[in-house]
Amino acid sequence: MDKICTYFGRFKELLEEFYVSPYRGAVARARRDEDDLFMLFVFGELMGVPNPATYYTLELQPLLLERFHDWHRRQGFEHSPLDGFRCC
Amino acid sequence: MQAIFLAIIGLSSIFIGYRFYSKFIAEKIYQLDPNFETPAHSMRDDVDYVPTNRVVLWGHHFTAVAGAAPIIGPAIAVIWGWLPAFLWVTIGTMFFAGVHDFGAVWASVRNRAKSVGSLTGDVVSPRARNLFMVVVFFLLMMVNAVFGVAISTEFQATPSSVIPAWTAVVVAIGIGILIYRMHIPILWPTVAGTIILYAVIYLGELVPISLADGTLGLPAGAQWIIILFVYAGIASLLPVWLLLQPRDYINGIQLFVGLGLLYGAVMIANPTVVAPTINPNVPASAPPIIPLLFVTIACGAISGFHGLVGSGTTSKQLNKETDARFVGYLGSVGEGALALVAIIAATAGFASLGEWEEMYSEFGNGGVGAFVSGGATIVSRGVGISYEFAATLLTVMAVLFAGTTMDAGVRLQRYIIQEWGSIYNIPVLQNGYVATLAAVTSCLILAFGAGGPSGEGGMLIWPLFGTTNQLLAGLTLLVISVMLVKLGRPARYTLIPMIFITGMALAAALLQLSTLYSAGRWALLGIDVVIVLLAIFTGLEATSAFMRERKASTAGANA
Repeated sequence: MDKICTYFGRFKELLEEFYVSPYRGAVARARRDEDDLFMLFVFGELMGVPNPATYYTLELQPLLLERFHDWHRRQGFEHSPLDGFRCC
Repeated sequence: MQAIFLAIIGLSSIFIGYRFYSKFIAEKIYQLDPNFETPAHSMRDDVDYVPTNRVVLWGHHFTAVAGAAPIIGPAIAVIWGWLPAFLWVTIGTMFFAGVHDFGAVWASVRNRAKSVGSLTGDVVSPRARNLFMVVVFFLLMMVNAVFGVAISTEFQATPSSVIPAWTAVVVAIGIGILIYRMHIPILWPTVAGTIILYAVIYLGELVPISLADGTLGLPAGAQWIIILFVYAGIASLLPVWLLLQPRDYINGIQLFVGLGLLYGAVMIANPTVVAPTINPNVPASAPPIIPLLFVTIACGAISGFHGLVGSGTTSKQLNKETDARFVGYLGSVGEGALALVAIIAATAGFASLGEWEEMYSEFGNGGVGAFVSGGATIVSRGVGISYEFAATLLTVMAVLFAGTTMDAGVRLQRYIIQEWGSIYNIPVLQNGYVATLAAVTSCLILAFGAGGPSGEGGMLIWPLFGTTNQLLAGLTLLVISVMLVKLGRPARYTLIPMIFITGMALAAALLQLSTLYSAGRWALLGIDVVIVLLAIFTGLEATSAFMRERKASTAGANA
């Protein structure tokens, strides 16, 4: 029985891999695009883009701080576009 | 002749090719090294570059390269008799496709997993790289147009396939959402999706759907073609995880189920091949067998498209260099097996020679129709399901293969148009919607330009599609051969297939010039002229690259 469970587990792993592996890169890029849009919602107000949900997104800023540097570089800003937010 | 012998001889030959010839190529020519650090390790980023189990990699390489083309090509080419198609598929898989696909993976792995397109620029010349891009664009345009026409024809011939084929899109989106958004483990969505997919085949039989001629002043075939391209345009803009990824996955499952079902039915029913060995009564509309056989069957014998897959995703995920043989060569063996069963279906699935000759009364009449009709007869006799159910099942299988290729093809065409927009600084072309519109419009112009207002004659594009595909294979073999010459190894194992296939492609393109001119098919004639020019330039680039390499090696020897 244990052997069957092991084989079944291995089969599930292979199936998962079969689904994921051809599109790993494309899906990761799609996920990053979604994350980038979310970053814009969170930090948009600081750049002068009005955001009615600022009260809530403000709380998220410290949590997303680590991703900030990579994000602004991906958007084409060599240095941080925000005065109060100098990551580089 | 019993079909079982064709299956056994064909499968044994291509497996012998894998067992012995690919081993020789791996050890003596490509000289695979188990200790070589592949890009999946040296450039590992866990996104694009990830070492992957070789069985999984083979599975997705095989399912990426095998689609509707290895079914349609052989099912058209048996018009010359079963033997020429059988020989070209088996010999082609052993000595052409296997070496080509395996070589594309190897060449890419040895060059930081670059695509064959970039390698052409590096190894041959920047001019050849541009040539490569143009060939790829033409190939995509033709494959989309021809598959649009093929699906439209099948929807009209088998109206019971309409509901199951479109349900597959809904099932794919459902699987995509369950896995990506809701993080459900893959097994249950797979089981549920597969059950729904096969259950709706019954529903399709109960509710067949046909479009009425004359809606918006268009015949039914033209309406389907337009609907399909509107769908492909929208599908190509959707996120990959939502449609393309799960649709590809479903296709993979369908491919394994379909292959198992067809070969199982051939073994049980053991039908007789009714088609002639070499057809003495070839219809007047059929072109000469040489060179047209070698471009009518592209996928299934050798196909340039495989080089794009091999040097695209496969080479980035290869765990060990020695896996290239298993993944690349055996991937083409899988496709050869699909082409072989298509030949059997189109030659042994008919009650009599008269019935077969009726199906093959015109060149291009065979194709998916012959595969479905012959395959359904064999499956219904072998497995004991009704002919109608088997016909719907095989139509859905072929339509799903062709439909997924269209989704991916329009998407790739959009990328190329956007890249041209950025290279030539035309901002409007960089817009995704505009680029998609341009891609879809180009395909529609081709489909209707070739097939007339109803799109019915669109299968005339098939030999031109095969010709372009073979030119691409020639370019990939050229890159591999130049690499081998640079390394001081014998290049004849890739060079001879390269010369043969490019020569056949050029001859086929030249021959079609006169055929298309006398038939007054101006759109196709224009494309054929471009293909002839591309073939000539491929030959010139090849000669120039070899002369340069020979000079370099002579200079090296003298120094």
